[in-house]
Amino acid sequence: MLIFKWLTTFGKYLQLMGRTFSRPERMRMFGKKYIKEMSQLGVDSIGIVLLISFFIGAVICIQIKLNIQSPWMPHWVSGYVTREIMLLEFSSSIMCLILSGKVGSNIASELGTMRVTQQIDALEIMGVNSASYLILPKIAGLMTIMPFLVIFSSATGILGAYATSFLAHIISVEDLTAGIQHDFNPWFMYMSIIKSLFFAFIIASVSSFMGYTVKGGSVEVGKASTDAVVCSSVLILFSDVFLTQLLS
Amino acid sequence: MIEAKHIYKSFDDKEVLHDISTVFEDGKTNLIIGQSGAGKTVLMRTLVGLLTPTKGDVLYDGRNFYGMSKKEQIMMRREMGMIFQGAALFDSLTVLENVRFPLDMFSNMTYRERNTRAMECLERVNLKGAESKYPGEISGGMQKRVAIARAVVMNPKYLFCDEPNSGLDPKTSLVIDDLLSGITKEYNTTTIINTHDMNSVMGIGENIIFIADGRKEWQGNKDTVISSHNKKLNDLVFASDLFKKVKEVELEGERKE
Repeated sequence: MLIFKWLTTFGKYLQLMGRTFSRPERMRMFGKKYIKEMSQLGVDSIGIVLLISFFIGAVICIQIKLNIQSPWMPHWVSGYVTREIMLLEFSSSIMCLILSGKVGSNIASELGTMRVTQQIDALEIMGVNSASYLILPKIAGLMTIMPFLVIFSSATGILGAYATSFLAHIISVEDLTAGIQHDFNPWFMYMSIIKSLFFAFIIASVSSFMGYTVKGGSVEVGKASTDAVVCSSVLILFSDVFLTQLLS
Repeated sequence: MIEAKHIYKSFDDKEVLHDISTVFEDGKTNLIIGQSGAGKTVLMRTLVGLLTPTKGDVLYDGRNFYGMSKKEQIMMRREMGMIFQGAALFDSLTVLENVRFPLDMFSNMTYRERNTRAMECLERVNLKGAESKYPGEISGGMQKRVAIARAVVMNPKYLFCDEPNSGLDPKTSLVIDDLLSGITKEYNTTTIINTHDMNSVMGIGENIIFIADGRKEWQGNKDTVISSHNKKLNDLVFASDLFKKVKEVELEGERKE
């Protein structure tokens, strides 16, 4: 029974995506919405991305230096591990998990409110493909801005590590720089960006589905918002396993 | 002209509409009345295609809406305007942008022409000066007037209004009724209004369809409603003492004549 319910929901999701990925009725209107969504979903998230990345970068560096590093390990190991963690997992997967909370709930509650206040019905009555008009710019906008967030996150994480060096003198700048530059594989950066594109699609499309299909009132909008975050987070974690295996 | 032919609508096992057939005429304010839960909104949503009937057809000037392809239905919808119970204005757009929205989406007018047309509609509903406000900054009555302006900006052939007076004071309700009636005559639209506001029934009811428990019980106009012997209709329309007295006076006047 549960599997039947899941399959039904998945079918509805695919149908909605089918309606979403159709040619916009007016490119001018799509362009406006696309820029607005990039700003609302991506640019407005830069602050939280930078803040979290900075402190996580600093904390990883301190933890490795104080708890893992030993006299049998090279001095640069803390910088090396900080860079690898930031690039491979934190800036793509963990950052997207955090963003699924902020951006996912924002999308689901916006569309859910539009549904219960009949704004989506109003679009349909005008002859507008509401799915394409509302959801496509969100998916496209978030997928465009996400790689930049990943790059900012990685860079800020490394800055955080340098902060521990400059301010707390836990590790010398030379050792940290040596670690960060040691055996750098550029593919890790591309891998991080590719993963983040998939995660951006999951966050935007799943949250849109949850919000767009709300039935009822404000309680259901709240529930849809929570479901959007839970669902996107679980899907990000599952897909992370497959993508990491596939891309490594 | 819109023709509903043997409309049935069920949700799971519950039948909400049962064999509704009627004609909504051009250039007239057609009212659908009935108690809350009678099926008025379901009928209207079925007419505009937001709900698909279990059985039956809806004909727009002879064109069967449910016999059309999806693309044809979308084109058909561009000839419709609808005013929702809660106005359904887009929160993120200003009043002017809300009214201009259908033009932005579908017309080939220049920006200046679109703005001029939207301003004309705002003036028609006496909202000049409110164009830069957001829906959250204006009153419920003003929101309804913006919704009317948005609904008529594309000169629709068919205008649907779902309880346009709900939540409004009697004076504002009269303004809305006058506007809808005026627009109907001005543009010769087929206007369908869902209401249980008896002032609207007596004021602008040129063609009234009374629905009870999902069935069409009675059809007439504001003049014939007074002399109707339909008990369910009388219980609804003349529920208040004031309207009972109005009916008594009117009937007495008729007897004397």
